[in-house]
Amino acid sequence: MSTVTTTYREAIREAIREALRRDPRVFLMGEDVGAYGGCFAVSKGLLDEFGPERIRDTPLSESAFVGAGIGAALGGMRPIVEIMTVNFSLLALDQILNNAATLLHMSGGQFNVPLVIRMTTGGGRQLAAQHSHSLEGWYAHIPGLRVLAPATLEDARGMLWSALEDPDPVLIFEHALLYNQAGTLPADAGAVDIRRARVRRPGRDVSLITYGGSLPKTLEAAGRLAAEGIDAEVIDLRSLRPLDDATILASVAATRRAVIVDEGWRSGSLAAEISARIMENAFYELDAPVARVCSAEVPMPYARHLEQAALPQADTVIRVARGLVRGDG
Amino acid sequence: MTVVARFEIHGVRYLDAAGHPCAELPPLGRDREHLVALYRAMVQARSFDAKAVVLQRTGRIGTYASALGQEAIGVCIADVLRAEDVLLPSYRETAAMLGRGVHMDELLLYWGGDERGMDFAGPREDFPICVPIATQLTHAAGVAAAFQYRGEARVALAVCGDGATSQGDFYAALNLAGAWRLPLVVVVNNNQWAISVPRSAQSGTETLAQKALAAGITGVQCDGNDVLALHETLAAAVARAREGGGATLVEALSYRLGDHTTADDASRYRDPDEVEARRQEEPVVRLRRYLHAQGWWDAGVEEALKADCAATVDAAVARYEATPPPAPTAMFDHLYARLPAALAAQRAAAAAGGGHG
Repeated sequence: MSTVTTTYREAIREAIREALRRDPRVFLMGEDVGAYGGCFAVSKGLLDEFGPERIRDTPLSESAFVGAGIGAALGGMRPIVEIMTVNFSLLALDQILNNAATLLHMSGGQFNVPLVIRMTTGGGRQLAAQHSHSLEGWYAHIPGLRVLAPATLEDARGMLWSALEDPDPVLIFEHALLYNQAGTLPADAGAVDIRRARVRRPGRDVSLITYGGSLPKTLEAAGRLAAEGIDAEVIDLRSLRPLDDATILASVAATRRAVIVDEGWRSGSLAAEISARIMENAFYELDAPVARVCSAEVPMPYARHLEQAALPQADTVIRVARGLVRGDG
Repeated sequence: MTVVARFEIHGVRYLDAAGHPCAELPPLGRDREHLVALYRAMVQARSFDAKAVVLQRTGRIGTYASALGQEAIGVCIADVLRAEDVLLPSYRETAAMLGRGVHMDELLLYWGGDERGMDFAGPREDFPICVPIATQLTHAAGVAAAFQYRGEARVALAVCGDGATSQGDFYAALNLAGAWRLPLVVVVNNNQWAISVPRSAQSGTETLAQKALAAGITGVQCDGNDVLALHETLAAAVARAREGGGATLVEALSYRLGDHTTADDASRYRDPDEVEARRQEEPVVRLRRYLHAQGWWDAGVEEALKADCAATVDAAVARYEATPPPAPTAMFDHLYARLPAALAAQRAAAAAGGGHG
């Protein structure tokens, strides 16, 4: 099978390009997505190819273009809305929570909201306390939404079309540190399943459960743990809402230990939810308490050494996993 | 210093409170059949409204937002739109929704706490009632963008209240409509009260219509109790939008004769003398006086109309009350197009009689 060398960024761009070609109802809108090519260069070149009707720069108002995306979706279009980062999505929270997520219910089933919202998430780029949030766990709290976190090239390439085909509103969180990730994809790579978690590395001793930008760190930790004789399984959640309980529980039932790696703040986090589900459904399978590696509960520091200290790191994952397996944590 | 831009806001009024012409009337003023139809629709809406309040008081529906005194706005909106246009209502658009073809029993279902009422038999593309304030205006901009994108000669029309003009979404939607020259009409039902906050405390602007100027769209004020003024203003705005001339903000001056909703008691914060004074300006009596003066209406026809409207409402109430309530599992029915497996247990718990342990 022929393959192409690509990056996470290019894979998303190719997915957008494919969607624009396949379906005339699809258009992309957001801040600086046109000539500028998006603040993370995801839509670079698309304006020349598809024109300003389909690659739309919007006025600087998240609430306006998310709300317009909802309206356009109900008006028969298939909009892809790009919010520059999750931090700015707070300005559209009412549109996302009170409107996109509820309109099917409030219309008695008359209106699905086939809207896809993409946004960058995560820290690690020294963008300080107001531009480094990982709030996907908040969105995963909301019934009516589907929340995706592509962590691989395959998912960057394949989740968008599946999201566009979904009749419900879908939020896609792209971790900023993943954009430059390079690798190969099959030349015919396309839509992927968006309902199931994936085992990215099989193992017997401990389940490392993670998603998005924390996947590379967790895989690194698993590799280093293997060198010391600990065989870690790595689960990539992929879908943060709904969660694929079956894959999580099957893994924990086999390894009897779980560490959840989640860049969100620890209290009330997605990691807390997964921990609760494991406790509810696999309590008697466990050989050790469920552990969490999350971000420090502080506004994200600007200084590099402080930011790195605040974020989940492979070293921390290794220390925590080792403690669970050897009982010396 | 030089003047770099100059703006004006125009107001439209044809009939005074007594129903007497106060300007040269537009052709609609001579159209007996059309005016009688508009009058009938207003009386029908008021009749439904009064019954809905009674149903709430007797525990047969939940909270209801009366549109008493503001019927002309909705009736004229429905009259100037085409079937293929899209209405995005707030919660005080009973008259407009009825005019668009939504059934009374559907509205009663909704206000009775059953969202099946918002899955109307028609018009299928009109939006459900929007309870959040001003969020429907950005949706309307999106609907209008979809029409524009597909080259369709259709118009999106959204309605909000005076309080909504203080929201960010209000201005954000107008701004987008201006930047993209969208086929959009935003109607502000300025009924002078946002729950307990009077218009004077809502905004320092002289008019609400002038908020359009900052967005680069047309803004116009009209007497929302005067069917002739409303109809002309709205028809012009809709025609402009349909012909590619861009968006319009219409401020319709009205007065909320009732409470904000049945959950409110306006006598706690409103001077009864003010309400009585404004009652003299209300739109139904105003148009009736005009029709009387033309010799197009009399007490006999009025009585027959009232009886007819009451019968229509009573039949709708009977249909509403004969509708079985939804099963407890219904709350999961319209959460996703297909319920994710992870929520199946919660649905099963509801089916088994509640509890989510």
